[in-house]
Amino acid sequence: MLSRTAAALYWLGRYVERADFTARLVEATVRLDALSASPAGEAAWASALSVTYNEEAFAATGQSVSQQPVARFLTLDMTHPGSIIRYLEQARNNARAVRTALTREAWTAINRLWLLFAHRTSPGGAASTLNLVEGVMAEARGFEGAVHRMMRNEATLLIQLGAAIERADNTARLLDVKYHLLLPEGEQVGGVVDRDQWTTILQTVSAVTAYRWLYSEGLKPANVIDLLVCHAELPRSLASCVEEVVELLNALAKRTGLQGEADRMARGRIARMQKTRSHEVIVSGLHEYLEAFIRENAMLDAAIARQFRFI
Amino acid sequence: MGARRAFDEIWGHGGPDKPRAEFTALSEWIAETPQSELHRRQQAAEATFRQLGITFAVYGDSDASERIIPFDIVPRIFLHDEWQRLSEGLVQRVEAINAFLEDIYGERRILKEGVLPAELVLRNPQFRPEVAGIRPPHGIWAHICGIDLVRTGPDEFWVLEDNARTPSGVSYMLENREAMIRLCPELFRSFRVAAVDSYSDMLRETMRSVAPDTRGGVPVCVVLTPGHFNSAYYEHSFLADTMGIELVEAADLVVDDDVVYMQTIAGRVKVDVIYRRIDDDFLDPLVFRPDSLLGVPGIISAYRAGNVALINAPGNGIADDKAIYSYMPDIVKFYSGSAAKLPNVETWRCREPQALKYVLEHLDEVVVKLVDGSGGYGMLVGPTASKAEIEAFRAALKAEPHRYIAQPTLALSTVPTMTETGLAPRHVDFRPFVLSGSDGVRVVPGGLTRVALKEGSLVVNSSQGGGTKDSFVLLPDRQGQKQGQTQVQG
Repeated sequence: MLSRTAAALYWLGRYVERADFTARLVEATVRLDALSASPAGEAAWASALSVTYNEEAFAATGQSVSQQPVARFLTLDMTHPGSIIRYLEQARNNARAVRTALTREAWTAINRLWLLFAHRTSPGGAASTLNLVEGVMAEARGFEGAVHRMMRNEATLLIQLGAAIERADNTARLLDVKYHLLLPEGEQVGGVVDRDQWTTILQTVSAVTAYRWLYSEGLKPANVIDLLVCHAELPRSLASCVEEVVELLNALAKRTGLQGEADRMARGRIARMQKTRSHEVIVSGLHEYLEAFIRENAMLDAAIARQFRFI
Repeated sequence: MGARRAFDEIWGHGGPDKPRAEFTALSEWIAETPQSELHRRQQAAEATFRQLGITFAVYGDSDASERIIPFDIVPRIFLHDEWQRLSEGLVQRVEAINAFLEDIYGERRILKEGVLPAELVLRNPQFRPEVAGIRPPHGIWAHICGIDLVRTGPDEFWVLEDNARTPSGVSYMLENREAMIRLCPELFRSFRVAAVDSYSDMLRETMRSVAPDTRGGVPVCVVLTPGHFNSAYYEHSFLADTMGIELVEAADLVVDDDVVYMQTIAGRVKVDVIYRRIDDDFLDPLVFRPDSLLGVPGIISAYRAGNVALINAPGNGIADDKAIYSYMPDIVKFYSGSAAKLPNVETWRCREPQALKYVLEHLDEVVVKLVDGSGGYGMLVGPTASKAEIEAFRAALKAEPHRYIAQPTLALSTVPTMTETGLAPRHVDFRPFVLSGSDGVRVVPGGLTRVALKEGSLVVNSSQGGGTKDSFVLLPDRQGQKQGQTQVQG
């Protein structure tokens, strides 16, 4: 496989995942906003911006932190690179550059995803914003499904590897921001707003039902952290992403004979992850833990690029 | 022109009530299928094209950076014996083009014998002295030719243009057929249509057949594209995909010690055959344009060393130059020893004073073209041009006559086509694709029919708003069964 193709496939996986995550975040935030009294609603949109590292860029637009402007900024704003439309554009450009490595189904799914946004300028009110982001999530699932029906070769594995690396980063950021920034002053831990915030997290990673199955004691932050950090059965948990990266690197090594620094780093991470206990993480500092995880994830990303000679 | 109605591929010189005998089934299909249904199917086809991203970029048009070429649902049909005659003429012509290129960059017999003026070739901007003396692997130059034809009557086919550089459009031939099979399956029960989807296999075989010696291994073949912003990118990816080979950009290739490699995740892999969709000018900055970033430095040197086959060979532009075109009947005669089976359109070379005089006197009747123009740019269609346009061309012709040729305005054949007000005849041309390998010359039974969507217009180029149709080539009759005829009434 061409080095350029490998890089484009990997980034295709990352961008689709990033678009999907942003769509989920917007969906959860619309819900949270609708449920809460107005100051909390505003805080919800502020937190959505900080999860996606978009606070400063948004502040520069001079708009108020409320549903319409923030939702538009995160979905359809062509002028800043952190919007879903721009992620989709990047995903589509990558897909187009490597069309021959994709099946027709997979390409069509990406193209349809992009067409969903082409020529739209406003996400509209809450209901139509929900429609829009649900469309993104549905088409992204369609793409994932198409990828699963491709030959199990390097192309498929690289797309999935990009997605797994991206997913790990997204979940870590989501947890970090929500846990430390969002409890509005004067609100009690365990109060209504707090509860809603935690529900938002679970919704963003589609884990509301999973939580109910696993924990019988109602919504508790420590449990949510346990679920999202340590439970490998949950596809968006850090443990699951870490495992998936190791498996994908193994499969790639088997097919290409390429093995090296990225494999060593990923295996080291999984060994540490298996010893991780969530209550210890909370005691010694969740924020520091997540920060280290995000940094490590970025280093792994760079090692992958070297190992597969991305150009 | 004038009162006489153009020949219609389906209706002949008659009208909708009296189709050519072989096409009764098609006229019945048209009559029986409600217009709204035809419209619906056409829209379904276009929606599919949009979804698949079968798009075409129009330069300088920001909004239309991705346009689909309009698709028309009524096919154009060739009878089997019409196709036989055409194919023979195409093979003869492409063999002559190959012989001509071999000669011009080698011995130059044709110039020594005075068949065409030496300076017309040697001083032609399309002539590439850089490749003189190089013989491509297996002596094949024009591996893929697209020969543009027009028709004016039942037996009157004319060659309008030879494309021996990087002819495009073959993906439309294949996608249009896919759309027709899906949307109008009943037509394939009425007509026995030759399949076109073997094109990719034929192209792959052609590519392999011209590989330099690979010591018995399977040659590594690639398609080289300028990138996904190129207007024909869809086609490049389509071809690589259906041949199961890599689609590469210049940045993926590196030349080391006169050997071309592609850079893969497992390191370098030697490349034997490159179907390049990059023009000569941009192919190798060390040899052609030094300012080009598209090219692969050293690729020509590797080619000269015989280590890689380039499809089509660099330097081919001289064979499809419009000034050379007018000599094509002599060229065919010179190399094949017999008269050209496919005639040229009568052509006045404005570089010749007498021809120029004639053209200047008949500007409102003729079509004037730049010898190095393409895509419908830089041309004058006399009968439909305004006074101002004619005068502008008169001045240009007087200033630089050698840059122009002129041809009579032909009554191009028409095919019934969907318009906003129902079916109406629209002018068409036709581009069949001819493949030359070390094992012979083959014509794919089909091609690209382009249709001028504006009433009366003769300009079919997609960059000028033309559309496309599927082109059926019928298989030979089975035991006297009449093609395409169901019950004839009356």
